[in-house]
Amino acid sequence: MQSEFAVELRDVVKKFITPEGNELIAVDHVNIQIRNGEFFSMLGSSGCGKTTSLRMIAGFEWPTEGDIYIEGEPQGHRPPFLRPVNTVFQSYALFQHMTVFQNVAFGLEMEHATKSEIKSRVGRALEMVRLSSMDRRRPSQLSGGQQQRVALARALVKTPDVLLLDEPLGALDLKLRKEMQLELKALQQQVGITFIYVTHDQEEALTMSDRIAVMSYGRVLQVGPAVEIYERPTSRFVADFIGESNFFDGTVKAVNQKKAVVTIPAWKQDLQATLVADAAAGDAVVVSVRPEKIQISEQPKTNDNCLEGVVFNSTYIGSDTHLFLDVGGQQVKAWEQNRVSSLDPHLFYRKDQKLWLTFPAENVLVLPKE
Amino acid sequence: MASSAAVPTDVKRPSLLRLIRENKVAQGLTLISPANVYLVLFMVVPLILVGILSFLSRGEYGQVLFQFNLSNYTRLLDPIYGRILLYSLGVGVATTVLSLLIGYPLAYYIARAPARQRSLLLFLVLVPFWTNFIIRIYAWIMILRAGGFLDTVVQWLHISDQPLHLLYTPTAVMIGMVYEFLPFMILPLFTSLEKIENAVLEAAADLGAPPYRVFLRVTLPLSIPGMIAGTILVFIPAMGMFVIPDLMGGAKTILIGNVIRNQFLTARDWPFGAAASMILMVLTMVFTFYYARRAGLSEELVV
Repeated sequence: MQSEFAVELRDVVKKFITPEGNELIAVDHVNIQIRNGEFFSMLGSSGCGKTTSLRMIAGFEWPTEGDIYIEGEPQGHRPPFLRPVNTVFQSYALFQHMTVFQNVAFGLEMEHATKSEIKSRVGRALEMVRLSSMDRRRPSQLSGGQQQRVALARALVKTPDVLLLDEPLGALDLKLRKEMQLELKALQQQVGITFIYVTHDQEEALTMSDRIAVMSYGRVLQVGPAVEIYERPTSRFVADFIGESNFFDGTVKAVNQKKAVVTIPAWKQDLQATLVADAAAGDAVVVSVRPEKIQISEQPKTNDNCLEGVVFNSTYIGSDTHLFLDVGGQQVKAWEQNRVSSLDPHLFYRKDQKLWLTFPAENVLVLPKE
Repeated sequence: MASSAAVPTDVKRPSLLRLIRENKVAQGLTLISPANVYLVLFMVVPLILVGILSFLSRGEYGQVLFQFNLSNYTRLLDPIYGRILLYSLGVGVATTVLSLLIGYPLAYYIARAPARQRSLLLFLVLVPFWTNFIIRIYAWIMILRAGGFLDTVVQWLHISDQPLHLLYTPTAVMIGMVYEFLPFMILPLFTSLEKIENAVLEAAADLGAPPYRVFLRVTLPLSIPGMIAGTILVFIPAMGMFVIPDLMGGAKTILIGNVIRNQFLTARDWPFGAAASMILMVLTMVFTFYYARRAGLSEELVV
């Protein structure tokens, strides 16, 4: 019986006792539903509970409360070797005493597959990760990227229902990591297996995932596709953790469906804004504006939300110029794309220059105050 | 004056210090020479002397006569010495195997214990070395002798009313030998087992291996270096041991080590003792090399 969800975490809590005897809540009432064939990422900084959640799906840890369902089946205290999932470890965890072939064959031998079946399936798996010529080598004779691919082949050869990946690219250098990101995504689409991917790298999550769960302190803050997480964060934490943003304290003055007017006391001015979470007039809120969504001009525009500021720092970073402006005593960062190729310094905004900033209302998000 | 003093003199002139500083081979030689000098003086030279001695003969009053002959070796062909050698080999192997069987689970337990407990547990393994070896053997005699501690406990528990008569039996020798050599097995095993990453064991389970297969296919093969080292550390000294069979085996258990000791100290037949030493050494070396090669090969073959 095929369930709608590949993996489901229902009200999962995981508590640890630290060596000092304190109770530590690593995962705090987490509910996640991961669809079949989905590339799902769990994103958060270290200690947010993402790895613990993954380890509970794999069966290395058992939930203190709640349960994990794989293909609709509750897992309870089922040990890892009986679960239809396989893991790619951060440290790769290859068997150093075996060749590449033997590493990949290990999981099939545990299924009591025949010799000829093992041979053909391992061959295909190694072909998929482009390591066919390396099958007689030992893991110690491979580069980091190659070891990573052996770990991938070793897990994928089992054709699990779900593949769990625990920061698998963490040990690779930047260029290789970017290559592997695309390769992993292509591989996932090719094999059609559900991938659950744990990472602290937001760019990695945004690049690869169908959906992302942003986690902090053991809780899931928001689940959604990359665009939704970036464009419509529902909390200040998510807006701050994914990408960069300006935050201003304010008070809701009026609400009209998805639109709102927010008063920013520091500026004694009202901003036209967009609601992403429930808010009512009089609520103290935080207003979030992404730096690249601020429009900059030398003359005031007739739009709403047009403010005057003075550049106090301008940093040229190649593709963009990062401007830091003082707007009524508040620091505002705004990214300007360098569309013109020129060495003329007068084409770039300079320190102490007076500029007008426009915040389009759909880019001004009203978030609950934390 | 001041400027000339600042120039190191050995920059221009070749000197021993400069040679050591710049030459990798010289550096290596410098590092190993203290040990080398010691070993040549106190091991290689005596060994050559014993080797020469084994071809000489004993005088009427126990003095050494410089008459070259092979009779010391032909005497060893007597079946009685063959039996003793074989028996010593058996005791050596049994000590090693028992230490391995008892030591492995313990080493595994220590290696998998939380980091802060690990050093305490290792420390406990080494505690016996705080007391003199002979004193510890006498403590075992107190425990095992008729009416001793063990008999008292056995009688108190109503297991048996009769004394066990363990002391001065081969069993007592085995108890003493395993007791003495167990730490030498545990420490290298621990070192090997500790190196195994937890994630590797998890990976094996994740790939569908139940715990016993994780052990047989991953833990055991990865601990072979520790098993080899432990076996060598236990087997070689066990082969030459004479104190434990002397004190705990009475006159009934004679190992090749006892034969050698008796030739040197009691019978005053140094050439014959030397020949027996040489045979023991060769036998131990052959056995150890054969084992290490086989184990090393199996490490390659175990998959």
